[in-house]
Amino acid sequence: MSEAFISINDVYKRFSPRLSMADRIVSKLGARVETRPVRAVDGVTLMVERGQTLGLVGESGCGKSTLGRMIAGILEPTGGQVRIDGKPVMQGGRKADTRIQTIFQDPFASLDPRMRVGDIIAEGPLAHGLADKAGERAYVAAYLERAGLDPSFADRFPHQFSGGQRQRIAIARALAMQPDVLVCDEPVASLDVSIQAQIVNLFLKLRREMSITLIFISHDLSVVRHVSDHVAIMYLGRIVESGPTEKIYTDPKHPYTKGLLESVPKLLVEDDALVHFKPIMGEIPSPLAPPAGCHFNPRCPIAVELCRSEDPRLRLIGPGHCAACHLAE
Amino acid sequence: MTTKAVSPWRNLWIRFCEDRIALGALIVVAIILVLALFAPLIAPQDPYDLSGLSLRDARRPPGFVGSGAYVHWLGTDAQGRDLWSAILYGLRVSIQIGIFAGAVGLIIGTTVGILAAYHRGIAETVLMRIIDLQLSFPPILLALVLVAVLGQGKAQLIAALVAAQYAYFARTAFGAASAERSKDYIEAAMATPLSNMRIVFRHILPNAMPALIVVATVQVAYAIALESTLSFLGLGLPVTEPSLGMLISNGVKYMMSGRYWISVYPGIALIVLIVAINLVGDHVRDILNPRLNR
Repeated sequence: MSEAFISINDVYKRFSPRLSMADRIVSKLGARVETRPVRAVDGVTLMVERGQTLGLVGESGCGKSTLGRMIAGILEPTGGQVRIDGKPVMQGGRKADTRIQTIFQDPFASLDPRMRVGDIIAEGPLAHGLADKAGERAYVAAYLERAGLDPSFADRFPHQFSGGQRQRIAIARALAMQPDVLVCDEPVASLDVSIQAQIVNLFLKLRREMSITLIFISHDLSVVRHVSDHVAIMYLGRIVESGPTEKIYTDPKHPYTKGLLESVPKLLVEDDALVHFKPIMGEIPSPLAPPAGCHFNPRCPIAVELCRSEDPRLRLIGPGHCAACHLAE
Repeated sequence: MTTKAVSPWRNLWIRFCEDRIALGALIVVAIILVLALFAPLIAPQDPYDLSGLSLRDARRPPGFVGSGAYVHWLGTDAQGRDLWSAILYGLRVSIQIGIFAGAVGLIIGTTVGILAAYHRGIAETVLMRIIDLQLSFPPILLALVLVAVLGQGKAQLIAALVAAQYAYFARTAFGAASAERSKDYIEAAMATPLSNMRIVFRHILPNAMPALIVVATVQVAYAIALESTLSFLGLGLPVTEPSLGMLISNGVKYMMSGRYWISVYPGIALIVLIVAINLVGDHVRDILNPRLNR
């Protein structure tokens, strides 16, 4: 099989607890100090084809942002590799590829408050030779317009804009690097609902016009359904189910996916139940001490003995549809 | 939304001017700076020119008309120096040393602090432990020891002051840079990717700058006080170039005999300078403190 456009190959990320000097000394001397690493991302393999949008869904703390940051080349994986077009994103601890860019969750933190919008957008392209000093203003104006902003905004500072406008500036900055891939880490989570729709539509438009491959990380199932071609569901650092969007939303196979979809608050126009939603029972276990067997078994309504002892592998259960559950078929 | 682009620096200046005391203090600092800078033009006498001094004019009270046929408005000292002239020249020396020591300390300390904050890990551990160790010494002690070892002179004095003070700059730079380092826009810069140099100079340094300016103003005032202390103890500059501390020290022995002016006037000059600088620094800190923001 030829390699996909983006290939995420058995990627791991473990965070070791930072020990103080004293802890390090006593642990060397044999005292028992908590040194177990957190498995933030635990062996994820994903393929994304060019021009497709992958939605990455999961509860907070499941490792989806960590995975996104590894794909974007911000964090180095502990093991495994992320490749675009066969080339690794990171080399020697540094990002080696400008074709993958990131949109962050909080547009109030992701723009340098002391730089003008034009300088924020032009900085990367100037540093990488995508634009020159002479063509800077026109270059910035083109990308501001592409992100739905007025070119005159280039002379202002980030604090003069609203959240939605700031997120558009962040999008313009990412686009100005002429990327093939955009990693969007909860790009609409901190925006008002009315603004969310505008930004989501902007992503759809960009994908259509510029054939950009999107990796869309979100906990909002309806937004993900709207933008994604494929969806991957994460739980405790692992992919539990992945497949074409419609398949996942209409015929989920993993009990966690079913639970997630059912837990979305819905308004039903029935006489007896106006508001109806079922939360998944229990809490997410600590990633420091994940349960034995299937990580989901303590919260799973259909768990059997096998689930408590044996770890289910992600297996193909339909065309392009994988699930990590012993009972799925 | 305003249509005019107001830069964060300009914003800072506008807010600074809203406080009258701080603005007054800034004006006082500016006046003293001008007086010190143009001392040779303003002062009626060159206090360094020993041949121009006459012992007949020694220890005269304010208002005395001496052999130079001009009024000694602040009196004269034990060598017959005009105190007004001596204070102007003394301010010149004190400010020169304070600013020089502050600037060198700022550069060294900021480099150390930002290096530690940016690279984290082993660099942070080693550098910041050294800084902590230094901060646990009283700066006056460190400066005293260094001056005693290095000897007298301007360069030695500045070296001693820098060694005693750079740790404060390093601590502040480290704190400010660490806070900026963990913000998304630095991550965005690394994800572009931009070079480390560019991230440090274009993003971290400008955003850490306001905090550093506050420390710098306060530390310049402190360097001036420290230098005066050393000179008062006779460990600072040579007698031929009296700084404010030495003028005060020269007058102390005449305090009890009623010749108060030799110590008091240089003392007032020193206090006014230090208080004014501190007022300016404090107000800048208040503006920058997000908890006091309206």
